[in-house]
This record gives sequence, structure tokens and C-alpha cells, in this order.
Amino acid sequence: MSEALLKVDGVSKHFGGFTALSNVTTHVSQGERFGLIGPNGSGKTTMINCVSGLLRNEEGKIIFDGKDVTNLKPHKRTGAGIARSFQIPRPFHTMTVIENLMIPAEFVGHHRGEKVDDRAEAMEILETMGMAEKANDTTLDLTQIELRKLELARAMAAKPKLLISDEAMAGLTGQEVDEVIDILFKMNERGITIIMIEHIMRAVMRFSQRIICLDAGQLIAEGTPDEIVKNKDVERAYLGSDDDG
Amino acid sequence: MKYKFEIICLLLIVGLFALTQIVGNQFYFFIGFVILQYMVMAIAWNVLGGYGGYVNFGSAGFLATGAYTAVALINFLDVGLVEQMIAGGIIAGLLGLATGYLTLRLRGVYFAIATLALAIILETIVAHWDYVGGAAGTSILPKRKPELLGELIVDRKEGIFGNYKEFLFFLMGTVAIICVWISRYIENSKLGRGLNAIKDSEEAAECMGVPTMRLKLIATAISGGMMGVAGAPLASYLTFIDPLSAFNLEYAINAIAMPMIGGTVSWAGPVIGALLLGTAQQVSSLWIQSELNLLIVGVVLVVFVIIAPEGIIGWFRKSRKGSAR
Ligand SMILES: Nc1ncnc2c1ncn2[C@@H]1O[C@H](COP(=O)(O)OP(=O)(O)O)[C@@H](O)[C@H]1O
Ligand SMILES: [Mg+2]
Repeated sequence: MSEALLKVDGVSKHFGGFTALSNVTTHVSQGERFGLIGPNGSGKTTMINCVSGLLRNEEGKIIFDGKDVTNLKPHKRTGAGIARSFQIPRPFHTMTVIENLMIPAEFVGHHRGEKVDDRAEAMEILETMGMAEKANDTTLDLTQIELRKLELARAMAAKPKLLISDEAMAGLTGQEVDEVIDILFKMNERGITIIMIEHIMRAVMRFSQRIICLDAGQLIAEGTPDEIVKNKDVERAYLGSDDDG
Repeated sequence: MKYKFEIICLLLIVGLFALTQIVGNQFYFFIGFVILQYMVMAIAWNVLGGYGGYVNFGSAGFLATGAYTAVALINFLDVGLVEQMIAGGIIAGLLGLATGYLTLRLRGVYFAIATLALAIILETIVAHWDYVGGAAGTSILPKRKPELLGELIVDRKEGIFGNYKEFLFFLMGTVAIICVWISRYIENSKLGRGLNAIKDSEEAAECMGVPTMRLKLIATAISGGMMGVAGAPLASYLTFIDPLSAFNLEYAINAIAMPMIGGTVSWAGPVIGALLLGTAQQVSSLWIQSELNLLIVGVVLVVFVIIAPEGIIGWFRKSRKGSAR
């Protein structure tokens, strides 16, 4: 557990004159359940965009699995083992649910020279998500929670070492949140390292072994759930923001 | 049967050849060529636009690249039609690759405008290039007694084809069938699935391992290449070429309208669209002038966008699904 799978080393990201991430340094260990919290607009998604490669950080380095991936394109990073979900679901909407999973299965799986039955594997992932009977539906027919699950299922089909879940639970009911947490626990048990980004404190606290908190692009706290709950800076950041963290 | 589609394609080519031997009225080959040329343009446009979701407004630029490659080759080396088409395809394919490299970082309407700008730039260059006729254009005299692989192809008495119209019709038909085969192959390939993912969400595709830039470049090169092949025989067909006819707006508009009307999700869409719209245009052009023709295309397109946004193919699929329930 001690070895770092992901290192974020002094990463900064600017949008014009605006600093969305400011010199963030942290690491995620192999097999860890890692929580990333912070008020809205604190830079959580931006950090994930830098890790997955959709955005390039101007300063700092991203080290994954011992390799510097800072200058790699997103699809290369996915090939290396980073997969993510999107906060606002971005399904391949002209495809069926299972076809959505076949894209990473085909493009990442083949890349590694594996020869396996993609469809059977995709079906298995859908089963663990309780989505098996939706396999041949188009994504336009899915409910909000099903879309969130599809985001996770599709990321899983890329066979990641690190799975990043960006607010998969926002807007879901309490029971649905528990369902998604269970899925993430199951994936972690299979040895996948997980970063959970969440606004809902209860969910992150239950799930994570270690948590960091961002506020206005700065890393303001790092520790176990207990330590984070007691942290004065975290409390201030959440109280200071006008939404219901 | 594994090669059923390939066999049908071969039979169609044989059928086209038979037509040139049986049908005597040259008028049919004259308009058939135009419809087939539009078909190739529509299929080519759809590889990037239908499968990948990148709208190319500059199709005429790629067609003209093929046409003027042929003119330059005729002036320079006096090579035959088949060689002209191969060269036109290669040059326009490379142009597609270069354009893609410069413009594919742009999304949506910005990409469309960039392709339009490309066509305008090319037209300006050609209009000032005297070697290929400049703005005034140039006449092309088809080669007398052309040979291919030692066979006399066009000659009234001893040739395989009695005249150039028949030969051009057969060539364009063969190209159209090959393009149908290629686009169907792409549709069912990893490239096609990757392009579909790009069309649905480029960020998601990239994050799911799809090398989006590479696939888009391959698609622009194939699309541009097909358009170049379609354009190469234009000078021989018209026996004259100038920028106005090669960069004709009708090419750009039909290349978009035909797949949209037929349906962009499948290879059959552009084929159906070209057959319907192309035939309608050719028939109506006997009575009305071409400006009015474009207006009709516009109206038909608007009607389709409203009542059948997924084209004829999408409409059929939906009604079949509906009746199955
Ligand atoms: N592409 C972008 N261009 C400009 N500003 C952006 C962009 N993406 C994010 N931001 C800004 O950066 C800040 C952090 O956003 P984000 O990372 O999405 O926050 P979070 O995910 O923590 O809610 C916000 O103020 C947001 O407006
Ligand atoms: Mg966010």
C-alpha cells in the first residue's frame, strides 16, 4: 500500500489570469481509496483534467506508475492505466450501453495486445453494476443514476489501475448514493486504486482512507477522514462557501 | 457467404460495363457520370462528416485539387485518365492530411469555416496559376486512341468503349462502387467505431483510449482522396476547365445535402441521397437553370432536417422498429 501509484508534483493550472490550481502536491498510493473534496469551483475537476490529460498543467509534473506522463495525450494515459468518469455524463449517445463499453475495451484492450472476448467482459462489468438488462438500450433511455453508473462502467472497461470518479453521486438519492459507493468498494477490492471526488461529505468520509481538501486551487488539508472532519481550515472553506457541502 | 457484398460489387461493375456496350443513347452516360461523381463526393464527405461529425464545407476544394492535378499532369506528361485519377486522389489525400493537421484542433462551426476558407484560398491560387489555365480556364483535348495495359480503350471501331462518355461513365461508376466498399468497410471497422465515439463526445472518446487526432487525420485523408479521384476526370468530361466549374458551389452543397437526405449513419445513406437528389437535379436541369436547382436542394434539405433529421435510412429504421413493437 505504501508505494505511490500517482504523484502530483507542484501542479499549477491557469485560465488566463485566473489560477485554478496553485502548486498542488500530493500522492495516491497503490490500492488506496482516496478522497478529493472541496467547495464548488475549488479546482477538483481541473485537477482531474490535469491528471487525465484533457488539460495540460503549465507547472509541475504528473507521475503515474513510475513514469512521467505530464506530456502524454489523454488516450496514452488511459492506455497506461488512468480512467475517469465525467461529472456531467458524456455517454456515446448514438450507441447502446454495451457499445459504450466496447469502445475502451477495443481501443485500450487491443493496445495492450490482449486477446479477449470484449463483449463478455463488458457484460460482466454491467452485471456488477446491476445494468445488465440495459445492455442493448440506447443511452437516451437511461435515468440519471444509470448514466452515472454507465460513466463508471465505461471507465472500468478500460481496465484501469486508477479509477477517478468525478462527483458520480451529485443529485442522487441517499439509497442511490449507497449503491454507487458499494460499486466503488467492489472495484477497490479487485485491486483498483480509486480517487473519489465528492461534494457530499458523508459519502467521501465513509469511503476514503485518506482525503485531501482543495480550496480556491490550494491544497488546504490532508489526512484521514477523522482528521479532515476536525480540521478547522476545511470547516472554514465549507462554511465560507454558500452551498450546502 | 463471407464475400457476398464483394461479389455484388463486382457484379455491379460488370453491369456498368454491360450498360456501356448495350445502351446507345449517349445522353444517359452524360448525366450518369454527374450523378456518380456526386455519389463519390457524398460518400467521401460522409466518412468525415457522417461518421466523425466534422462538417466539411470545402469539398469543392478537394474535388478541384483532383481536377487540376489531372490538368497539370496532362500538360506535363500527357498521362492517361486512370493515372490522372490515381494522382488526383493522392494529392487531394495529402491535402486532406495537411488540412486536417492545421484545422482539426478546431471544433464545430470553426472547422466548417476553416474548410470553406481552404477552398477559397485554393481557388485564388488556381486562378493565378497560368500553367493550368488561370482564371480564364483551359481546353483539354482527350487523348486519341488511349491505351491501358496494352489495350486500346476508346475508339469508335476497335476500342473497348466506343467513345469517351462511355469510358468516363464506366470509370466513375467503378470508383463509386469501390468507395461504397471502402466506406462500408470503415463503418464496420475500429476506425468507424472510433469516429462515432468522436462524434458523440470527443473528450470522452480521448479519455476512453481513442487516439482522436490520428483517427480524424486518417478520415480527412481518405475523404479528401476520394474527392480528388472524383475530380480528376472533370476536365476530360467537360473538355474544358476553369476555376468556376471546378470550385462550383454545387459540389460543396450536394456533398453535404446528399448524405443528410439519405442518412449519415450508414454507407447506404449517401448512396441513396445521391441517387435521389442527383437524378432529380439532372432531370429538372433539363427545364430549369442551375441556380434554381440549388434552391430546390436547399428546400429539400430544410424539409428533411425538420421531418427526417436522420435521413431516409434513419426514417426507415425507426418505422421498422416501431412496427416491430
Ligand atoms: N476551461 C476553463 N476555462 C476557464 N475557467 C475554468 C475552466 N475550467 C474550470 N474553470 C474555472 O476553474 C475553477 C475550478 O473549476 P473546477 O475545477 O471545475 O471546480 P470543481 O470541480 O472543484 O467544482 C472554477 O472557477 C471554474 O470556473
Ligand atoms: Mg467539478
